[in-house]
This record gives sequence, structure tokens and C-alpha cells, in this order.
Amino acid sequence: MSILIDKSTKVICQGFTGKNGTFHSEQAIAYGTRMVGGTSPGKGGTSHLGLPVFDTMAEAKAKTGPDASVIYVPPAGAADAICEAIEAEIALIICITEGIPVLDMVKVKRALSGSKSRLIGPNCPGVMTAGECKIGIMPGNIFAPGKVGIVSRSGTLTYEAVFQTTREGLGQTTAVGIGGDPVKGTEFIEVLEMFLADKTTEAIVMIGEIGGSAEEDAAQFLVDESRRGRKRPMVGFIAGRTAPPGRRMGHAGAIISGGKGDAESKIAAMEAAGIKVSPSPARLGKTLAEVLKR
Amino acid sequence: MNIHEYQAKALLRDFGVPVPRGYPAFSVEEAVKAANALAAPVLVVKAQIHAGGRGKAGGVKVVRSIDDVAREAKRLLGSTLVTHQTGAHGKEVNRLYIEEGSAIERELYLSALVDREASRIAFVLSTAGGMDIEEVARTQPDRIATFAVDPATGIMPHHGRRLAQALALHGDLAKQAEQLLTKLYAAFTAKDMSLLEINPLVVTKSNELVCLDAKIAFDDNALYRRPDIAALRDLSEEDAKEIEASKHDLNYVALDGTIGCMVNGAGLAMATMDIIKLYGEAPANFLDVGGGASKEKVAAAFKIITADAKVKGILVNIFGGIMRCDVIAEGVVAAVSEVGLRVPLVVRLEGTNVERGKDIIATSNLNVTPADDLDDAAQKIVRAVRDSQ
Repeated sequence: MSILIDKSTKVICQGFTGKNGTFHSEQAIAYGTRMVGGTSPGKGGTSHLGLPVFDTMAEAKAKTGPDASVIYVPPAGAADAICEAIEAEIALIICITEGIPVLDMVKVKRALSGSKSRLIGPNCPGVMTAGECKIGIMPGNIFAPGKVGIVSRSGTLTYEAVFQTTREGLGQTTAVGIGGDPVKGTEFIEVLEMFLADKTTEAIVMIGEIGGSAEEDAAQFLVDESRRGRKRPMVGFIAGRTAPPGRRMGHAGAIISGGKGDAESKIAAMEAAGIKVSPSPARLGKTLAEVLKR
Repeated sequence: MNIHEYQAKALLRDFGVPVPRGYPAFSVEEAVKAANALAAPVLVVKAQIHAGGRGKAGGVKVVRSIDDVAREAKRLLGSTLVTHQTGAHGKEVNRLYIEEGSAIERELYLSALVDREASRIAFVLSTAGGMDIEEVARTQPDRIATFAVDPATGIMPHHGRRLAQALALHGDLAKQAEQLLTKLYAAFTAKDMSLLEINPLVVTKSNELVCLDAKIAFDDNALYRRPDIAALRDLSEEDAKEIEASKHDLNYVALDGTIGCMVNGAGLAMATMDIIKLYGEAPANFLDVGGGASKEKVAAAFKIITADAKVKGILVNIFGGIMRCDVIAEGVVAAVSEVGLRVPLVVRLEGTNVERGKDIIATSNLNVTPADDLDDAAQKIVRAVRDSQ
């Protein structure tokens, strides 16, 4: 078991023939992901990596019946690519692209409401179910099938959590990178809900960063769910404890502004929800192993 | 990206937004010329820097004669203003804005921003204008009203009524408020703004709604499609290292510590800063080389770090996903062979093509300390920096 994706998930790639689309589709195929083709406007009818290329998502959907789409389209065309996937009623859309204008995402978010699609990202490393399905750019070799669910706003910190839980012999069910943009498809709460409902996910690692209040909202959600008897051992980390206010730390969403979004309030909220927050990003795996031993 | 008040007002004027008449001035002569052209009984000399709190710091002066304009211009140009937003170093004043004075009846507050929770453009309104809005939010939260705008409809008449009610504007002023709202929203969306703040928005004694100040920030991700906005960038407002980094499309923020960091991914870059601090030293910078960086970009990043005199040690921390470790290794080797290495360097590589990356470093004959993981890397660089002092 896992969340969002598994070995039966059929995946189409938007921006298939580009440099990133090609490299990461090759890696996904090598990992065992059921890639069924891709889109690349103007190259419909050709084949790439032994798979069919289509001009439009409508055609790709009709011919291959994908469950999920992964987007590597550059920023200027990425919002269009997401909306095309929404129109084609792709159930799960995972957008890797970094640098999409936020007002484009405001429109995308509106298009998602009432649609049949869930969007993960943008500006995210994707979703990966250990040993079964790799969608996005996470390095496959660090995963091991196991019992930890991982959700993170940061791509490379997702890898840290995966790497460390593998080293501790815990392994993962699914890792979800929700992305570092202020306006995004899926928030912590929605992923936590899925992990709580997944029987094979026995523990959860949640990695947040400065900016916004999604971590505080997630902490409140966990408090409420715990009262209903749904709870998992959890370890957390918040990146940006030492970041100065008013400076954007790479991610458009990672900024402390208006006295909101600093690390301390997030850590306090997460601790209050029963999450063991590690002060060191290098001790996520060890901290979780200790929590599970208790 | 931020712009100056005079640029913001010129931009808003193009959208039909009511702003006082004014001209920018780069010298005392230009300031006098502007004052003569305005021919107003009351004039305002305003220092143009990218920071709030100018009034309290003496950067905004209301005067009544051309001579006073000249005197204030002479005083301000070349001076350094220290406000609560500039830091202790302050900012040098190189530009002024000479504006006609307004007869103020009431001061209000209006701002627009992208609200991440609503995933929409939201307006923030208050009858407490001319004050620090964060302070108002803390002490008088009931004086602040907000609403978000559905991108599918844009501004509708009911938004205007909401604005008028929140700011207690009636009759003709309510009509002006709705028009203002429509124009500000149009400007916000047409120019890809991330923040538009009018503080204060004033009601004049002749019952007109006027934007007395304007602060605008733009979405960096959208600058590629707004060349007119990108052209407004004032490099003198920015750190030289940050300007160099932006040329190479690197996410770099200068900080005050001694350990230079090169990391891939914003989250890991922040976490690397955090762990350095955890072991008792401080980072000299935030640097995210990004996802698909080339060897040249990595080399450029490395050069920016080594050129910083504060840097006493360098930590390269890479967990390759989209970024391949071999590319990082090649970039570091290329940069070091070009500019040399005068401080300890610890390199931690993990992820995509990690073995190839480690090989490149190992066979380069560079004086590099390899690290197994993030903890190991942080401890090694902190120790190396302390040993070297």
C-alpha cells in the first residue's frame, strides 16, 4: 500500500522530448514506472524513448488512458500545461517546473476547483512510492520500501528524509514533495489525511520551511484528528530558522513577512501537535528511529 | 524586485490612478527645476530608497519655497538614511522625488498582495492610514478589513462597495473608491505585482481620493514577460554579490557569517545555514544553485563565494535529484583551478551520479575534505574554520 501512486499507475509526461523530460523519463522507466507516452506540441505521431508522442493531452488521454501526468514544461508554458491536463481530466497532475509566475498559479488554482484533478506542486520534486513508482526527479537509489510517509515543501530536504530513513532501516511508503511556491495544488493537510488513512504508513516525516502558515494549519489538523483517535508517530523539521526576515530564501514562498511565517511559531505548533521536531536536518532518521523505539 | 516610489507613481498614473504631480531629481539643480515646474505653494522633498520608514528618519520634508527645496535636496543627496527597514548601515540617497503638497483631510491604508491561503489577490484596508500596518494589525485588528478577488470575475461593483464601507467613504468618494480599486487591480495583474501598498491613501480637503505614497514589489518569476518593469531595477540598491549572482540566475542572499555555502535546493540551502548555526558558526550566504545548473553556473557560484572576504571556509552540500553530482564536481574543480582556493573546502555529495561526482573531486588533486553526510559536513567545516583562526 501507499498513497497517490503505485506500480499500476500509468504516467504520461508533458514536455516529454525536452532535456529534463527525457532524462527523468528514462530514470522513471528504469525504476519501473509505467510510463505510457508523452506530449510535445509539434512532435505528435513520432516516438521517444520507445513511447508514443502526442501533440495534445486530449489525444494522449484518449490513446493511453493515463492516471497521472508529470510536467517538465518551462515556466512560461507550465500553467498552460497544467490547465491542459485539467481539461483532459487527468486525476493526478504533478508539476516539477520551478519559477512559474504566481498570478498564473492563481488562475490554475481557480481552474482546479470543481475539476477532476489533483495537482501536486509546482516547484516540487514529485511523488515517489518506494519500489513501485517514481514520478518526478527524486533519486530512486536512496529509497527502500518500508513504513514511513514523507511530506515536504522542499525537494532536497525530501531526499534527506528518504536517505536517512533508509539508513535507519525504516524505509518509505510514499514521499510527496508539495513544492515551495506560495500558491500550490496540494497542502500538507491533504497529504497528511492520505497518510493517516493508509494502513501501511506507520510513521510520518513532515518537513516545512519559513513563510505562510501551512505548517500551523497542519498542526491544528493533527491535533483535531488525534482527538478522533487517528494518529501516527511523527518527526518534523522547519528549514530557515536562521533566515533574516524580509528576504526571500530561494523559494518564492520562503519569506518571513508581516511578522508571519517564522520558524519558531511553526516549531511550537508542531511540537504542540505531538510532532518531535528535530533541530538538525541531519537527524531526521535517527530522531524517528528513537521515537519509534519508545 | 522592488522599485522606487517615483517609479511606482509613474506606473500607477499610466493606469489612471490619482497620484500627486511630481518629478524625480538626481541633483539639486533638477530638484529646483522640478519645484519651479510644479509651481505649488507646498512642496514635498522625498528621498528615494527601497525601504519604508523614510519620514521618521528625516527623508521626507514638507517645504514652502524653492530655496527650501534646494536646501533639503542638498542635505539629502549623498546622505545615508537609517530607517527601521534599512538595517544599521542605512542606505545612501541618490535620487529624490519632488512632489506637490496635498491638503489632507483623512489618511487611509490600502494594499494588495497574493494571499497564499486564498490563492487569490487580496486587498487589505484600514482607516488607520499613515501608520505601520503590522502595528495596527497587532493593536487594533478590528480596524483592518480584507477581501480576496476571484480571478475569474476580477473586480466587481460589490468589491467597490466593500472597500467604501471598510474605509467609511460615502457619496462621490465611494464612487472614486470603486474606480480606484478597478484601476489598482488592473495594474497589479497587468504588471505581475506581488505587493502594492498605498500608505497613506488620502482624502483631500477638496474630497478627492489620492495615493500619497506607493510601494510596489514585482514577482521575480514573471519579469521575463515584463521587460518594461525589469528596466526599472536600480542596481545601486542591491548588494554587489547579489547582482553578480542574479546575472547567472543564482538564488543568492548575502549574510553576515563566515562560512560560504553552495547548496542545491532552497530548503536544503536554508537547512545548511541552520545546521552551521547549530554547530556554533554562522553562514556567509544563502546560495541555491537550482535544479538544472550547468558547470559554468556552478563555477560562477563558487567564484562569488570565494570573492567574499568574510568567508573563512566553504561548504558545498549537494543532494542531487535534477542536479547531477558530476556537474557540481566539474564546476567546483573548474572554478578552483581558475581562482584558487585560500580557505578550507568541505564537499558533501549525494544522489544522482554521486559516484562520478566523488571521482572527479578525488582525482582533481584539490585540497578538499569529503564528507559522508550533512552532519559530518557541517561539523568538519565548523572545525576547519575554527582551526584556521
